[in-house]
Amino acid sequence: MHLLEPRAQPSQLMRWTAPLIAIAATLLVGSVLFEALGKSPLASFHVFFIEPLTTDYGWSELLIKACPLILIAQGLAIGFKARIYNIGAEGQLIVGALCGGGIGIAYGETGGAWVLPAMVVAGAIGGALWGAIPALLKTRFNAEETLTTLMLTYVATHLLSYLMHGPWRDPEGMNFPQSVMFGDAALFGLLAEGLRINSSLWIVIFAVLAFWLFNARSFLAYRLEVGGQAPAAARYAGFPARQTVWFSLVVSGMTAGLAGVGEVAGPVGQLNLNISPGYGFAAIIVAYLGRLHPLGIVLAGSLMALIYLGGEAAQLSLQMPAAITGIFQGMLLFFLLGADAFIDNRLRRRAR
Amino acid sequence: MSPPEPRLKLLHISKRYPSVVANDDVSLSVMPGEIHAILGENGAGKSTLMKIIYGAVKADSGEMLWDGRQVTIANPAQARKLGIGMVFQHFSLFETLSVVENIALVLDEPFDLAGLAIRVKEVSERYGLPLDPHRRVHSLSVGERQRVEIVRCLLQDPKLLILDEPTSVLTPQAVQKLFETLRRLASEGVSILYISHKLHEIKSLCDSATIMRGGKVTGDAIPRDETPATLARMMIGRELPVCEAPPYHGPVHPVLQVERLSLASDDPFGTSLHNVSLTVNAGEIVGIAGISGNGQAELLAALSGETTVDREAVWLAGEAIGHLDAGRRRDRGLVFVPEERLGRGAVPALPLDRNALLTGHRQGMKRWGLVAFAKAQAFAEQCIARFDVRCSGPGAAARSLSGGNLQKFIVGREIMLAPKLMIVAQPTWGVDVGASAFLRQTLLDLSRTGVAILVISEELEELFEISDRIAVLAAGRLSAPQPREQADAESVGLQMAGLFNEGNAAETGHAPA
Repeated sequence: MHLLEPRAQPSQLMRWTAPLIAIAATLLVGSVLFEALGKSPLASFHVFFIEPLTTDYGWSELLIKACPLILIAQGLAIGFKARIYNIGAEGQLIVGALCGGGIGIAYGETGGAWVLPAMVVAGAIGGALWGAIPALLKTRFNAEETLTTLMLTYVATHLLSYLMHGPWRDPEGMNFPQSVMFGDAALFGLLAEGLRINSSLWIVIFAVLAFWLFNARSFLAYRLEVGGQAPAAARYAGFPARQTVWFSLVVSGMTAGLAGVGEVAGPVGQLNLNISPGYGFAAIIVAYLGRLHPLGIVLAGSLMALIYLGGEAAQLSLQMPAAITGIFQGMLLFFLLGADAFIDNRLRRRAR
Repeated sequence: MSPPEPRLKLLHISKRYPSVVANDDVSLSVMPGEIHAILGENGAGKSTLMKIIYGAVKADSGEMLWDGRQVTIANPAQARKLGIGMVFQHFSLFETLSVVENIALVLDEPFDLAGLAIRVKEVSERYGLPLDPHRRVHSLSVGERQRVEIVRCLLQDPKLLILDEPTSVLTPQAVQKLFETLRRLASEGVSILYISHKLHEIKSLCDSATIMRGGKVTGDAIPRDETPATLARMMIGRELPVCEAPPYHGPVHPVLQVERLSLASDDPFGTSLHNVSLTVNAGEIVGIAGISGNGQAELLAALSGETTVDREAVWLAGEAIGHLDAGRRRDRGLVFVPEERLGRGAVPALPLDRNALLTGHRQGMKRWGLVAFAKAQAFAEQCIARFDVRCSGPGAAARSLSGGNLQKFIVGREIMLAPKLMIVAQPTWGVDVGASAFLRQTLLDLSRTGVAILVISEELEELFEISDRIAVLAAGRLSAPQPREQADAESVGLQMAGLFNEGNAAETGHAPA
């Protein structure tokens, strides 16, 4: 006996309420967790969610963390709507960072104003190519993209590790696995004195507007959605399926690659082994939490960035373990998926 | 010989759903060995009533007596234990399992698959419903799936057999064979509840009838003593609508030409097409009869462009289009209404205006790659109004519409694309009598404006009503179309069963493996 049966017309209102329900449930369970750890929930939440936002510096850090999450999630959402599950944005981010960063290493000190734009383009292309490999494998050999994108993330991680330990290591870096610090030509300009927020913000704002227009109005977005929801209907209407695969993976790879450049030419300022604290994976949660909608993703990305910041603050002032960030991310995704299950389905009464 | 106790007696059964009263104070009784018709349109509450008897749905109020004893049937397993078998209108089969595995699933006793497969084969052949027990269900046509359902009931030696519109997928000969089967079962004392809206079938088969409309019983009748007109009045509350086929006076030129189309099916259980040739002219409807699984799906895919073929195998208005995909063929004036409405003809979760966009985007609904949603909505509104689609508006999700209304929407959408050629598969499958008549008349009217129409249907009556010429597709081969006046149900039926002129004695519809 199935316990859930599909609803004929799932409520749109509830679909947007679900993230709020998920957040509320996360806070509820989170307070139980804090209580169990012997901390006052209210004080903990204050440290976690309020304190980071009491200074300009905090807001700047929030934006720095939100930007890559939002950028990557915008690209992923396109694929998710078409039921193309790219879960390897982390790898595409790394390859994008490598492609952009390579130029930064070579020309950061000597090059002119062309260096940064070249890094941005190279990063976008690098990420797109890393996304194109699973697209090729899927259209050619029908290989499941969930597996290939994830596996290519490990390839990218090892590639980064090889370059950092070998050819691209800073000769004067005391054998740390990291590159030289980039010169000014290879860095985004800072927007305010004393804050780390930089001009890559404009790229993200532009991307959000472009994705919003694409989603709201473009025929291609409609075709992708039809291909995802009803492949037979897409065939019937004559929408090519291969194009959907290529477009979804290349675009999401591209946004991840851009985010990678944003990191290395921004707050990180070099290539090293920690260029991303899992942005590529967290962006998957951001995409769904934002209901795959470009503006929803902005809100969800900001919340996720706050969890990153709060997690750091909790480690510092509450002596919480570092896993606290992952726990909050995980709870959020879990409750969101749970809420969604009840929006699309209703509980069937046993009595029948 | 009939004992005084009815096998089944229903007293004052009512069932309410939040928005509709499906059954309102329904009473009926069926004697052992009686073939009892439940007559009514879609939505009259027949299916709900049958599900109550079968234990799949629980009544809000009312009593049920089985062999004189009051019973409450909590679930289908209990119903089967009592000896109630049901063939559903919507099949409940697992697509990834084979025929015999599906049948094994509902048997309540231990079985061995090999022995069961032999029994399946025996029973299916005895009742003229040939089946390969080892084929997987996903490769079966709709018609073949229904055979599985019928055979699986017969294997359980039921005392009461419920059949929900079982003949819509059978050839006239197979219908006669099924009727013989049912009469034999009845003479063995099995009671039969026979749900249908086909008046002549009920007249020839059934001993008695309960007629339903809007959830209520509107009459009881002895079908032999009634005329189709009187039964229809009880069923739909007015006279049965009749289609009119006015003569066509416009220019006649070939619009669709299929030339020696051969196509090997990708599906290991599919049917390959052999040398199919066909012409459809402007202003005419050509009907292709045949049982699903005889190459219908393959032919439709090859014509619509979902499968591409040799360039010169398909011509549209003098242009070779065999190599073009579905979108490019649509650009040239081909439209298509598929058999599967939800998931192919329409995206289930999307509202109607977005579904209008699916094929209607060619009607100026996009500019520089952006969609003019206002135009899509206007298109959907116009379609809803012009084709009498009952729904809450262009924002209603496709899956919230009834089968008949969604079909009206899809047919309407395709007609509004101003086609040269329209291909329609199973135009009135699961559509009620009133809407069916409307759809047939719509197709007739469209053809008389100079559009060429190809209809593929399992319903012979329908083809005889609207087609100018009729051909038969059996085992992947297409017979030469005959003018309707020269075709008769008998010979078309024989061809459907695969007995082509040359006397090839394949007894079943589908191709040998």
